[in-house]
Amino acid sequence: MGSTRAEGIQAGRLAPADYEANFSDIHAPLSRHEAFVESERCYFCHDAPCQTACPTSIDIPLFIREIASGNDLGAAETILSANILGGMCARVCPTETLCEEACVREHAEGKPVKIGLLQRHATDRLMESGKQPFKRAASTGKKVAVVGGGPAGLSCAHKLAELGHEVTIYEAKDKLGGLNEFGIAAYKSTDNFAQREVDFILSIGGITVKAGHALGHNLDIAKLRQSYDAVFVGTGLAGVNKLGLAGEETLSGVVDAVKYIAELRQAKDLAKLPVGRNVVVIGGGMTAVDVAVQSKKLGAESVTIVYRRGQGEMKASAYEQHLAQTSGVTIRTFAQPAGLVGANGKVTGVIFDETEVKGGKLTASGGQYTLPADMVFTAIGQIFVPDGLNGADALALESGRIVVDAERRTSVKHIWAGGDCIAGGQDLTVAAVEDGKQAALSIHHTLMGA
Amino acid sequence: MADLRNNFLGIKSPNPFWLASAPPTDRLVNVTRAFKAGWGGVVWKTLGDGDPIVNVSGPRYGAIHGSDRRLIGLNNIELITDRPLEINLQEIKQVKRDWPDRAVVVSLMVPCEEPNWKAILARVEETGCDGVELNFGCPHGMSERGMGAAVGQVPEYIEMVARWCKAHTRMPVIVKLTPNITDIRFPARAAKKGGADAVSLINTISSIMSVDLDQMSPWPVVDGQGTHGGYCGPAVKPIALNMVAEIGRDTETRGLPISAIGGVTTWKDAADFIALGAGNVQVCTAAMTYGFKIVEEMKSGLSKFMDEKGYQTTEDFRGLALPKVTDWQYLNLNYVVKASIDQDLCISCGRCHQVCEDTSHQAITNMVDGKRKFVVKDEECVGCNLCAITCPVQDCITMVPQTKGTDPRTGFEYGRPYANWTTHPNNPGSKAAE
Ligand SMILES: Cc1cc2nc3c(=O)[nH]c(=O)nc-3n(C[C@H](O)[C@H](O)[C@H](O)COP(=O)(O)OP(=O)(O)OC[C@H]3O[C@@H](n4cnc5c(N)ncnc54)[C@H](O)[C@@H]3O)c2cc1C
Ligand SMILES: Cc1cc2nc3c(=O)[nH]c(=O)nc-3n(C[C@H](O)[C@H](O)[C@H](O)COP(=O)(O)O)c2cc1C
Ligand code: SF4
Ligand code: SF4
Ligand code: SF4
Repeated sequence: MGSTRAEGIQAGRLAPADYEANFSDIHAPLSRHEAFVESERCYFCHDAPCQTACPTSIDIPLFIREIASGNDLGAAETILSANILGGMCARVCPTETLCEEACVREHAEGKPVKIGLLQRHATDRLMESGKQPFKRAASTGKKVAVVGGGPAGLSCAHKLAELGHEVTIYEAKDKLGGLNEFGIAAYKSTDNFAQREVDFILSIGGITVKAGHALGHNLDIAKLRQSYDAVFVGTGLAGVNKLGLAGEETLSGVVDAVKYIAELRQAKDLAKLPVGRNVVVIGGGMTAVDVAVQSKKLGAESVTIVYRRGQGEMKASAYEQHLAQTSGVTIRTFAQPAGLVGANGKVTGVIFDETEVKGGKLTASGGQYTLPADMVFTAIGQIFVPDGLNGADALALESGRIVVDAERRTSVKHIWAGGDCIAGGQDLTVAAVEDGKQAALSIHHTLMGA
Repeated sequence: MADLRNNFLGIKSPNPFWLASAPPTDRLVNVTRAFKAGWGGVVWKTLGDGDPIVNVSGPRYGAIHGSDRRLIGLNNIELITDRPLEINLQEIKQVKRDWPDRAVVVSLMVPCEEPNWKAILARVEETGCDGVELNFGCPHGMSERGMGAAVGQVPEYIEMVARWCKAHTRMPVIVKLTPNITDIRFPARAAKKGGADAVSLINTISSIMSVDLDQMSPWPVVDGQGTHGGYCGPAVKPIALNMVAEIGRDTETRGLPISAIGGVTTWKDAADFIALGAGNVQVCTAAMTYGFKIVEEMKSGLSKFMDEKGYQTTEDFRGLALPKVTDWQYLNLNYVVKASIDQDLCISCGRCHQVCEDTSHQAITNMVDGKRKFVVKDEECVGCNLCAITCPVQDCITMVPQTKGTDPRTGFEYGRPYANWTTHPNNPGSKAAE
């Protein structure tokens, strides 16, 4: 048995009950009573600002009114008809910068209607009921390939199946769900929700899943175009940015945060997952916050996020930063990594250059400090890997991601794309769902000539 | 300091808040608790003669809830007291002895025969209570047996029973009216003709609250069946207010003392009734929803209002609003108001736009210069105030009387002198001089 003070990278720092408590639902679901009380706070706004702020345009006033009138399943149907991953989105959306930020009661009293929790209430009831509220339209005889089974691919596949098309999902991994399964913080998606939601989505029928098929490895886009009427690419961001420092690849204890979170999400027993005593996280986005908070919850004694600019510029929302800080994570700003320190093949610290903004540009200000660390997480951004998308079917890219138009059509005929892999996206689950849905509608119109 | 003491038909009580004849006044313990809590008086739960009636042992109440499960309407299928007459009389006697400064009025309902009324009046008088209230109102159960509303719906019976009672007791007689009639003035006139000292109103309204869609039966469901019950609570107050005003305005009943009942929940409700001429008020549902303590708010609120306005006693403002109740035909058709939205208070929910657009006069914008903004278009606004009552923010939309300039909707000058329908050119029966 270790403890939070045990040196180095150790498993089992906590008592079993602590793991359970630390990784339980971060926001407990509303009780029926709470849902009623909360639903009655909604004003049923006209052209509701919350709905406008939702990337999938869920009819929020309508579903909340349905909850208030005792029609939870109807509410869930309203939600899912706009966003088939409404259950996951209710758990992971940064509502504080989306619907709840726009809620008129946020404007009026600083206390928005708890839209996310109400959405979860309704969708949970539907999941419990085991019903699939959507029926497939008569078969169109058209076949569509969806590459990547993350939120974008799942959303696209469900909508296409509903419209009567025959869908095949090609997924590199052995499980569907994408980052819902491998990336989202464990305390946001508990009780195997990601897989339960995948099962729910597939239960509409008409979707064949081919796991272990990776574009660029055992899958060829040109062949897909030949065998299918349309192809949707939703492969997310398969690569990560590197620090570019000596020792990054050789010193043990320097870890890619996304990879570590995937291990955490798949761990059968969190007590067996090793974590450092002194953890340093480099980055300022959702991934940085998630790996920091989860390290802390695994029992690391000290966890520090170091970001090169100020807190205001961090991609993680103010709410996420607050969550990190109240979880005991220290956030240090205006410093960038200059070197890794190691001994005996293990990392022992990170040297940081202090930074400042001069004439609008970030520059080293001269100062330097070293943070001791036995584990260093890099969380400085994920990148799109265009494997298998080159050659004759090369899709036009911009800033390394796929260019699409408003309907999510790529530069190549009959290929659509959406989710994190497209340029100009928001890198949010809900945005990926919207991309998948819009692409499905566009594919439908194109194939059916309607 | 306002003096809340009340004198109704010579019955004195420390304040005008009485508990209406109902479960809160059904027994000694309740009434004692009520008096300790500060209620001015009670009308004891209705007594009958013969063997006590039997209530259902299933559910008796139905309710309509507003936001946050605030009860706004209640209905019941309870009958008159189900306890032996003897016990009730003993308890009434004791209460009056223990609380000589409080009003204790006894509600009665016996078959429509003079000997029955004569007999019970004699026994009630022995308790030393302050007066009787004749329950001609109960719309369910008792009416099937020829009592309650069955009497209250026939003015001749009201007059007859009131006359018997006046003949057989020296106590003040109050006739409690049922609202389940078309014109409240007829039963009120009958009560007056029969010599009643006052009327009290309203009793409950015949109603079915809802249907249990699983059992396909009206609610409350008593073993698979239901029946209509009596409706009361905040939702009925407007109906009661109108009936009180009608009696106050009627040339035959003007001045007849009124004990007002129906939805009184706060001091403001009481003040409304008194302003329309009521001598005091009775309360049932509010006590049944919140307990006896609410009388503290009622007393302090009424005192505060009276202090602010400089009224010493409730008599100082009783009936002051009555002369302002008029017929539609006398309303000033040249009075123009326009809605006005306080942009600082507006939270942009868009409800005003939605309701005016869908169901009124398309007089509120939802967009100004490409931005979400809600502004009243004076050229369309008819001043109906639908938006103002819809807006979730208090005082955000006000209805502003227009006095100067021209109404862009009608082209008429604002501030034209009073003119009503009786002289309007569009009125075929107009008395206007040509
Ligand atoms: C750590 C972390 C935390 C996050 N937290 C949140 C959050 O709280 N809230 C939020 O809204 N968003 C969050 N996000 C972002 C969110 O997870 C993504 O925006 C979303 O998952 C994007 O969906 P997607 O379908 O485009 O991609 P992904 O979810 O990445 O799915 C892509 C799928 O394609 C498969 N694939 C990849 N390459 C190939 C290939 N060559 N061939 C076949 N299949 C392939 C992958 O295995 C995967 O299943 C987080 C992201 C990370 C990394
Ligand atoms: C459960 C219940 C029982 C009632 N029983 C009687 C009664 O026995 N006699 C009577 O005159 N009125 C009875 N009423 C009517 C009330 O006295 C009162 O007139 C009516 O409820 C309206 O007042 P409120 O809106 O304050 O409740 C009863 C009302 C309720 C809710
Ligand atoms: S903005 Fe808020 S109050 Fe208005 S509809 Fe949306 S959730 Fe309801
Ligand atoms: S007062 Fe009536 S007509 Fe005028 S803006 Fe309001 S709702 Fe429309
Ligand atoms: S109803 Fe009130 S708060 Fe809502 S938009 Fe209109 S004026 Fe503003």
